[in-house]
Amino acid sequence: MTGVLNRSAILHIGVVILLFALQFVLPPYHHTNMARIMTLAVFAMGYNVAFGYTGLLSLGHALFFASGLYAAGLLIQMGGWSALPAFSMALIAGGGLALLVGVLALRTTGVAFMIVTLMFAQAGYLTVLYLGEWTRGDEGLVLPAASRTIGSLDLTNDTTRYFCALALFSIALLGCYLLARSSTGRVLIAMRENEERSRMLGYDPLRYRLTALVISAVMSAAAGAAYGVLFGYVGATFASIQYSIFPLLWVLLGGAGTVLGPFLGVLLMTYLVDLAGDVTSAHLLVVGIALVLTVLFAPRGLLGTVRARWLPWLP
Amino acid sequence: MDFGPFLLLASLEGLVMAAVLALTAVGLSLVFGVMRVVNVAHGEFFMLGAISAWFVVDLVPGPAALGFAAALIISPLLVGAIAAIADMTILKRLHYEPEATIVATIGLLYIFQQLALTFYGADARPVEAPFSLRIQFPWFGYSGYKLAVIAASVVVLVGVWAFLTKTRAGLVMRATQLDRETAQAFGINVDRVFAGVFALGAALAATAAVLVVPIQQAHYLMGGDPLLLSFIVVIIGGLGSLRGTVVAALLIGLSDGIISVFFSPTLAKIIATLLVAMVLVFRPQGLFGRRPA
Repeated sequence: MTGVLNRSAILHIGVVILLFALQFVLPPYHHTNMARIMTLAVFAMGYNVAFGYTGLLSLGHALFFASGLYAAGLLIQMGGWSALPAFSMALIAGGGLALLVGVLALRTTGVAFMIVTLMFAQAGYLTVLYLGEWTRGDEGLVLPAASRTIGSLDLTNDTTRYFCALALFSIALLGCYLLARSSTGRVLIAMRENEERSRMLGYDPLRYRLTALVISAVMSAAAGAAYGVLFGYVGATFASIQYSIFPLLWVLLGGAGTVLGPFLGVLLMTYLVDLAGDVTSAHLLVVGIALVLTVLFAPRGLLGTVRARWLPWLP
Repeated sequence: MDFGPFLLLASLEGLVMAAVLALTAVGLSLVFGVMRVVNVAHGEFFMLGAISAWFVVDLVPGPAALGFAAALIISPLLVGAIAAIADMTILKRLHYEPEATIVATIGLLYIFQQLALTFYGADARPVEAPFSLRIQFPWFGYSGYKLAVIAASVVVLVGVWAFLTKTRAGLVMRATQLDRETAQAFGINVDRVFAGVFALGAALAATAAVLVVPIQQAHYLMGGDPLLLSFIVVIIGGLGSLRGTVVAALLIGLSDGIISVFFSPTLAKIIATLLVAMVLVFRPQGLFGRRPA
């Protein structure tokens, strides 16, 4: 057992070290790309806690990502807050919203849950547009560079940005890794696999689902707030349905219910869209085809397939 | 204009919207009822109907009415065929598992949308109405074509109802809806029924789109609103209940105009969306549906 633990711990620490080392060799374009990928991977990992481990297929996670993005963005823009306190408030905003949405939406399951979360996210998106006076709707806000600092760290600097994204990514990865191995994590998986039986064993499904949704939303909000602060832009697109579909796609592609899968999914999708950008302007076509091919031929995703075939110890 | 005529005008506009919405939503409801598939790409079938109508009208020479009549036949058939192929190549292979089919239809949504963007372009293009008759009320003139849209929708809906209740194919569909496995045991080819239902649902959306395209222009992103509204209608009417769907379409179509008068359209949409979510949370059988025994 200790050997198994070491093996998977080494793999995950290895990924973090590799990403750390990459920063010294990457050319500028890929450097920024990688910082973005790591930030979005936190969003994907958050989604994975709800979908991959607990089996909650939400179509409304853009709501949580955007709640973090806008909480941080508006506090900085309107309230003149600095980056770090705004980031902390964003986590509270995301978690609080998830509590509210969860209490209502978790009364439903399956298809109804998907549609209810979709509707809540749609309402959130429309609210962003409705409050256009402050949010500036589709046009969005560009956060002033002066406010994007933590202490003496200048977040507009490429290297600092990369390290901040890496730090957030590492914390999220470690959190997911520990969650997946904890007893709570195992109960969450039990909820996904067989709700009736776990209920019979004395676990309250609603409580565990709500916990998973809140954790998931806090991570999504953290990713949203970090995205706003690191890249300096806050816009309504991030609240739209597309940003509810993306995490689903990333997680499906990389492998639902695996710790590294979401990161792999974001990495693959970003470069796939990037490459396709040379051929066609219709980059969403790639997204569509990837979705269909994944559910048809690799419903467990890349790492899910790897785990089933070769590496059963993968968390 | 006085309040009375103004209300009449608003109601007429609402009725036109309700008629188109009913056709689209009945297609979605039929697919959900029989196949238990939530078709997220339904709005794109609507869009494909409108765009193919533009192409047909563009290609057919002669008077506008002729091209339009051709579109009214060709577009639903074409879109239905595309849907049947999608069902047989993708959905069937996923064994109609709810989560997988949702993901797959989201994928189809993007594929259709982007293909339309590539081959049709980003412009919104109008289609000429088959006739330009203006009906003169004592207070205002009203487009005769819009009234024809209402009539045509009623005819198609009655046709669907007759098809489902009076024909053998309709009987087979209802049998499959009630109990898939028993139907199969009685020698019904469920695969074929599903492909047919999926095609019929898409064709209904396409028909609605052809009817609406002289009023509203054809655009590659036009599928979003009908999808969301159809969802709302189908949920309020009770998932899978056709009668509830039609009643709900009337309710939504008519009230939409009136709500928009009092609130900003965005606020109206926010309230409507949240209300629908609440309906699903607290009355999952819909406002008009009965809780299954």
